[in-house]
Amino acid sequence: MNKPIDPSVYAQVPDANGRFGPYGGKFVSETLMSALAELERVYTQLKEDPDFQQEFDAYLAHFVGRPSPLYEAQRWSDEIGGARIYFKREDLNHTGAHKVNNTVGQALLAKFMGKKRVIAETGAGQHGVASATIAARLGMECHVFMGEEDVRRQALNVYRMRLLGANVVSVTSGSRTLKDAMNEAMRDWVTNVDDTFYIIGTVAGPHPYPMLVRDFQSVIGREARAQSLSQIGRLPDALVACVGGGSNAIGLFHPFLEDDGVAMYGVEAGGHGVETNEHAAPLTAGTPGVLHGNRTYLMQDEDGQIMHTHSVSAGLDYPGVGPEHSWLKDIGRVNYVVANDDEALAAFHKVTRTEGIMPALETSHALAYAAKLAATMTPDQSIVVNLSGRGDKDIFTVAEVDGADIFGEQN
Amino acid sequence: MSRIQAKWQELQAAGKKAVIPYVVGGDPEPDVTVGLMHKLVEAGADMLELGVPFSDPMAEGPAIQKGHERALAHKVSLRKCLAMAAEFRLQDAATPIILMGYANPIEHMGYAAFADAAADAGVDGVITVDLPPEEVMAMNIELKRVGIDNIFLIAPTTPDERLPLIIEQASGFIYYVSLKGVTGAGHLNTEEVAAKVKQIKALTSLPVAVGFGIKDAESAALVGASADGVVVGSALVNLLGDASNVLEGRINAAVGLLGDIRSGV
Repeated sequence: MNKPIDPSVYAQVPDANGRFGPYGGKFVSETLMSALAELERVYTQLKEDPDFQQEFDAYLAHFVGRPSPLYEAQRWSDEIGGARIYFKREDLNHTGAHKVNNTVGQALLAKFMGKKRVIAETGAGQHGVASATIAARLGMECHVFMGEEDVRRQALNVYRMRLLGANVVSVTSGSRTLKDAMNEAMRDWVTNVDDTFYIIGTVAGPHPYPMLVRDFQSVIGREARAQSLSQIGRLPDALVACVGGGSNAIGLFHPFLEDDGVAMYGVEAGGHGVETNEHAAPLTAGTPGVLHGNRTYLMQDEDGQIMHTHSVSAGLDYPGVGPEHSWLKDIGRVNYVVANDDEALAAFHKVTRTEGIMPALETSHALAYAAKLAATMTPDQSIVVNLSGRGDKDIFTVAEVDGADIFGEQN
Repeated sequence: MSRIQAKWQELQAAGKKAVIPYVVGGDPEPDVTVGLMHKLVEAGADMLELGVPFSDPMAEGPAIQKGHERALAHKVSLRKCLAMAAEFRLQDAATPIILMGYANPIEHMGYAAFADAAADAGVDGVITVDLPPEEVMAMNIELKRVGIDNIFLIAPTTPDERLPLIIEQASGFIYYVSLKGVTGAGHLNTEEVAAKVKQIKALTSLPVAVGFGIKDAESAALVGASADGVVVGSALVNLLGDASNVLEGRINAAVGLLGDIRSGV
């Protein structure tokens, strides 16, 4: 459960070595060390630069459409009969998910660094679309690495990226999902490090990425905190967000970490159940190790090989998690829980029918847990769920699971 | 004196360059690795790099990635590679064995347990691609305890001010990565390599071997002119994975290439 802890610690991570307690760091090949040092130097400088901040804020306001609303899910909350549930509407952002907050920030860093070529990895395709979108806006060449398996199940986003002028590279190595896309993006970066900026989509990877992605996504929590105070009249009792790599969750949680009364729940993908090994829940069922440049909880076998993961949602189908989450788990500030495929799909349908909001399957994991949590609470209490993305991209997956024929006549 | 140091002294006394082949433990099949290692030594290898298969070999190009995948299909991991090293040692007490791989399998075993097991198996050096000097301290303490060399990579992108940091922690030799990119890439600039090797050698008495992008006798000879040794990996692994050839043919082709390279330098 949540322990009281000196609030100042949250502002002090990561340390100079990129560590969140024992997690994080820079576990990359020597070729990339100078590029990471350069990125850290530029980011540290631009973070305090009013011109950069002004340009970032202007893009968030006029291109992304921020602030996103805090919306009370009245019908759904009434039906559950417990705590009031609010949605932080990241699904209303340009491109339909929270990912764009970070891609705008990193693409502006690339612009300030004079890099004309950007690369990105993507799972569900939301980060790829958000990267392709800002690359189009800034006139940058964009290459998106995507596992072959994800290219198949997220065909809609693949086509969106191509329409935006990005080159989508189908990755056929390893398990052909997000982790392999990240391997391939790292390989491209090693090869083209002089002119290329790697836009990492989540709070993982080597330092300084977990820090800078967190900072760019923290706009979610800063807005949600102010909106809670004005709309609810006080801070929420609980926050709930889904966790794959964990960027939308960190974005919501981070500005609330020092608020002792706010409980936090990160919901991992339970897949077919954490007892089956077919899941993507490293914080719940994994052990610490080193992957993709950082030390963090991983799904790995007895030889330290990274295991195949399973989730109905491509965006959560990742064997690792951001190092700050690993630390927040160990110190007990955030509770990490799971929702299985079936529970997420049920929540997807429920919220679509009850609120007229079609959530992404990733988000549906958070919603599934929020419903359970709300039922144990009272109507004078409130929960904020990060409605991290919209579900249009997932309708083919949902149709497949439900046995519906989208282009037939019987639906 | 370690086997690696002894080998360098022997090479320097004879005025020879080191030829260091890289093969993945268990590739293409677990049973052939130890025999292949002996054949490579007979063909002129001075030291052996044994790649430890990993599910996510981020620094490898397509050829060595496939080598890792072939080995993993046979469930070959760090423990089996250590067993292969131990088996090799039964018949060859002199040729240094260097394990090359990624941090996680070692982390998972535990640094102290790994150092003990590697020393028991007769391993002489370790190259861990994703443990730069900033992250290597904990493992280095254990390797030093058992007298195993930790060999570091220096890249074309390594700024001058980082060189002392790396050299300070390195032993055995320095591995200079001859190009920006993954293993097996094609754009080798031998003049740049020669200049960088000279710069490194001015800062350390450790020998400098060069790898990434050496594929035949010609490129080995060009690089060997400035370096103390050459590492050849992808070209061998490619031949070992050539599905159009029978197993024995693949092994013979790889051993043959190593022999060519030996005569080239």
